[in-house]
Formats: sequence, C-alpha cells, structure tokens
Amino acid sequence: MSNPAPKREESLGGYIVHGVPFPIETDPGALAFLKRMAPLRIEQEYCITYLHSYGQDSPWFAGLTNRRLLASRDEGSGYTYVNPRGHDMYSGEETQWIDITDRPAHVHAFTVCHFGSEEFLPETPFVLALVEFEGVDTLLLTRLLGLDPMSATLDWIGMSVQPQFLRNSKLKPTDVYFVPK
Amino acid sequence: MRPVYAISGGVSKFAKARPDKTFPAVVQEAYAYAIADIGLEFPAFTRLADGSVASYFSDHFTRQLMAGIMVQDYLGLCPKPSHRVEGGGATGGLCFQEAWKSVASGHMDVCVAYGFETMSHVETWKGNEFIALASDVSFDYPVGGFYSGYYAMMVTRHMKEFGTTAEQLAHVSVKNHQNAFHNPYAQKRSRLTIEDVRTAPMVAWPLTRLDICVMSDGAAVTLLASEEGLRRLEDAGAHIARPLVRVKGIGRGTDAMRMADRPHTDYDYFMEHYATEQEKGSDETRRYYKALWKQGTRYPGVHSFRAGRTAGNMAYRQAGIENPLAELDFIELHDAYTSSEIQTYEDMGLCRYGEGGPFAASGKAFMPGVEYGLRLSEKPVCPVNPSGGLIACGHPVGATGLMQAVFAIWQLQGSLGKHFGDETLQVRGAQRGAIHSHAGTGTYVTVSILEQEA
Repeated sequence: MSNPAPKREESLGGYIVHGVPFPIETDPGALAFLKRMAPLRIEQEYCITYLHSYGQDSPWFAGLTNRRLLASRDEGSGYTYVNPRGHDMYSGEETQWIDITDRPAHVHAFTVCHFGSEEFLPETPFVLALVEFEGVDTLLLTRLLGLDPMSATLDWIGMSVQPQFLRNSKLKPTDVYFVPK
Repeated sequence: MRPVYAISGGVSKFAKARPDKTFPAVVQEAYAYAIADIGLEFPAFTRLADGSVASYFSDHFTRQLMAGIMVQDYLGLCPKPSHRVEGGGATGGLCFQEAWKSVASGHMDVCVAYGFETMSHVETWKGNEFIALASDVSFDYPVGGFYSGYYAMMVTRHMKEFGTTAEQLAHVSVKNHQNAFHNPYAQKRSRLTIEDVRTAPMVAWPLTRLDICVMSDGAAVTLLASEEGLRRLEDAGAHIARPLVRVKGIGRGTDAMRMADRPHTDYDYFMEHYATEQEKGSDETRRYYKALWKQGTRYPGVHSFRAGRTAGNMAYRQAGIENPLAELDFIELHDAYTSSEIQTYEDMGLCRYGEGGPFAASGKAFMPGVEYGLRLSEKPVCPVNPSGGLIACGHPVGATGLMQAVFAIWQLQGSLGKHFGDETLQVRGAQRGAIHSHAGTGTYVTVSILEQEA
C-alpha cells in the first residue's frame, strides 16, 4: 500500500477578478517596474463535438452490437487482422470479413491502470489487456474483467479468456470486453 | 550529400510550468544562447541563417494552430523559409534530421532547428488524454487511452518472455535521476534508491510514478551548417568550437499505429531483415535467438520496436558503426519510461533482444565517477542518458529530441562543464555519440550519429 498523497491535488478554476494592480501613472519608472510583473493567467474553454465516421470499419462495430466479433482476412495469404483493415498491408488487396467470436483466445499482455487519462480516471483501477486469438495474426486491445486489479500477476498472461458483449451497445470498441474462461 | 556540422545549441530550463513567458519567448532563450555561444550578435546571425525547421507535437496543448510561424516571427527569421514537422514523441528528432537534410542537400548553408512544447496549459490528466489521442481514436483510445498503460503492457510481456524484473527497470530510474543531479537544465534532480522507485505510487502495473517521465514546458535549439555555412559564419566573426561536430549518420524507422497490429515474424525473417551486422556474424547469437523463438518469441511483437532497430541499423550503416556498444561513447535516448530505455538498449544493439533487463542493472550504461548507491557488476562502457534523459530532464515533446542533440554537441565539443557549471557528466574523450527519438508506441523512431571531425 503506498503512502497517502502528501499534498492536495491542484485544479484549474477560481474566482473571476475584474481588474488587476497596475501603476496609476505610466511614468518611465513605473513602466520599467512592469518588467518584474508576475504573469497573468486566464482560463480558456475548448469544447467540441466531432461527428466521427468508422468508414470501411463500420461492420466491425455493427458486429459488436450484434454480439459478434469480426476480423478482416486477406484471401490470398490468410493473414487475419482482429482490428479491421480494409486492405491487406502485404498484398494491398481488399480484405474480407470473417467471424472470430468463438475462436480460442488468451491474454498476451496486460496492465492495471491505477491512473489514466482524464476521461477514464473514474474507472481506475482497470485491467487493460492485449488478447491473442487462434488463427489470427494481430492482437486486440481490450478491457479484462473478473480479475482483482489489486492482485496483478504475470500468471495472467496466457490465461484463456472469452468475449462478453454489452447489451446496450455504445458503438465503441468497449462494446466487447473479455473475462476469464 | 554534403557534410553537415552541428555547431551550437541552447536549451531553456525545463520546468513543470513556464507561465513567465509565452512559448516563442521560451524558444528565444534557447536560440539566443546558441547564437551567443558562437560569439555572434543576434543581427549578424539572423542575416546569415538561411532558414529553419520548427518542431512541436501538439496543437491541443497550446490551443494554437500555426504556432511554428509565431516562433519564426518572434525570432526575427521571417521571411526566410521554414516548415513545421510533427511525429509524436520523435518530433524533435525528426526536426533535427530535416534540418540536416536542408543543409546536406545544398538547400541551406545555415539552418536553425527549434522545438518547444507548453504542456502546463492543461492539468496532468487532461494532458494524458491529449497524448493518448496519439493512439487510434477508433480502436485504442476509447478502451482506456493512456500511454503509460500501453507501455506497461509491453513491460509485462517483456517480463514474461525474458524474465525482466521491476528492479531492473528501477536501475534506469536511479541512474537517470542521479545523472540529472548534475544537470542544471533538468526538471527532476533526485537521489533515489531502488526502493524509492518501487514504492512510489503505482501508475500502470508494474510502472510507478518514478518509472515515467513528466510533462514539461521547455524549448531547445540547434544550429547546423555546411562547410560554406561555417566559412560565412566565421567570416562574420563567429568562434566555432574545434574539433567540429559532424552529423555522420541518420536513420529512421516506422511501425503500425496500433501496437496490437505489429507483426510476429519468424526467426529467419528476423535474422535477414532486422538482426544487426554483429548479430548476423555470431553463431552463438544465432543459437541464442533460435532458442528464444523456440520458446515462443516473435518479432517485434509488443515488447520490441522494429522502428528503433530499423533506425539504428540505418544510422550505423551510414556512420560505419559495426559494434555500437564499443564504438559509441555515449547515447542520449528516449526514456519516456524506464522500460522503454531497456527496450531501446535492445533495439540499438547494445545487447541482444531479451537481455535489456540484466544490461540495465549491469552498470555498462552508467556514468563513470558518479556514485549511484548501487552494487553494479560491470564498469561503465557506454553511458546512456548521461544528461538524465527524459525521466529526469522532462519531456516537452517538441523540444526533447533537440535537447538530446544539444547535450550531444556539448559532449563532443568537450564543453559540457562550461554549460552545466559542473564537469561530472562530461564523458571523457567522447568522440562519437548517438541521439534517439521515439514516438507513440514505436511508430516513428529516429537515430542520429554525431562525431568529432578528425
């Protein structure tokens, strides 16, 4: 168990100030003194909603909504990508969709995030994992549930896992997650 | 290509926040220092500079598009040619190489490479979010976008496959923080123990807060010149240090945006396309790798950076280096994480893949003459991050690769003591060094070799 934080977390925001100290007269002495002035800092808000398209990868997300995990495969070589790819990186040919929902899957690597980006801080600690699938050449970044994040061990690597799907899809890659089998 | 000389550099103080100045004025600190160090007045240098390359990573941090031209304007370099480069954490390294190209190609005789980042304008966790946007926003970011998490997954795989330990990672943190104790430009100058590192707050298992670099505000500048540029500068009164520092080789590599998509190549493909010349020439090393593959290792997998290996091999070929550990006197490499320093030892051929952990704890990458409070089995061979690296100096992204270049120039000029006010970190007799800049989960990597002109 680590020690409690020795200082309070800082946050932006505070009182609005309508005016700051400034010389009454702008004589040369007062103007020269401005070189020693501390910087003024203001808040600038920036908030935007993007309309993001999944483009040619859309069927992958539609699959999650329908409890199926799709992958793309190059017909010629059989090279298979679990994160979909419209064209194979070796042949340049268009890939085809395949269903890998029921393929045996194992944990390839993992971590427990005790901190995170601002958006995910409320969800910490969570287990982030890369999962490998039989007959698939790439890995899938996903969340791993059903394990105690405070008891992380390298023994989790190699563990057999299976997909679970959100009932109420959000059309995000987190619509699928994995649990120990 | 023409010979290119790195003649001078400057670094602003790296700090958690620099609210005292706007970012163009922070760059100006480093720029004015670099010009003053060759003994020229500002207007005289401005007249002779042919142009520049600007380096900054994120438009989000500054909430300002076209920030590069604001610096060009502030430095008085308009209307000379310039462009901005961006490649995540490798932005500074790319900038240095683009400036090299400008001079090597004959397009410019004197080129300024400047870089900066102001990361303090948002809180740390929002900053982490911005950085995580440098992962695929369709597939990776929404799952829990957090770079420390991505790197921690590489670590667990490295530990599982090769037996690397968290204590070996901690050796890197102790070394780099202790080195930075003698570097006045560094943000974090601490004497640490292995226990300090391991008991620091856990960020992404097994990486603690002391395994990870911090966000910073800062800037760095390097000045590059051709032989004609040297002549023009010296005719104008510049005092350029001898022996000259020449950029002898550059290399770059790339890899898939999603580390989950990195291929898992077989032994034969690895030996043919990625093995170093030294590895190819050793029967014992072939047997070593064959055994690794037999137990399940694939390359690059998630534990290794083929972009780094590609960049290193390319730069070594150009500079005529066959045995980097023996032929480089120091390396400034991109240690955003203690683990990535260990991974980079392997990519740069200082040791074989899988041996980075024991190499880190051996002492070979430590500085001679510095007391670390550790029991090390080997003597220093090639100090890695004698400056303290990103972990201790800070990582204002667009400035970082150029900061490495500045410290390398000073090492090779033998002038580090003058600039640091402390001789401790000067590598005695340094004749050749490497700088290494790295982006994303290994997406862009640059390696540049600098050496004293004979």
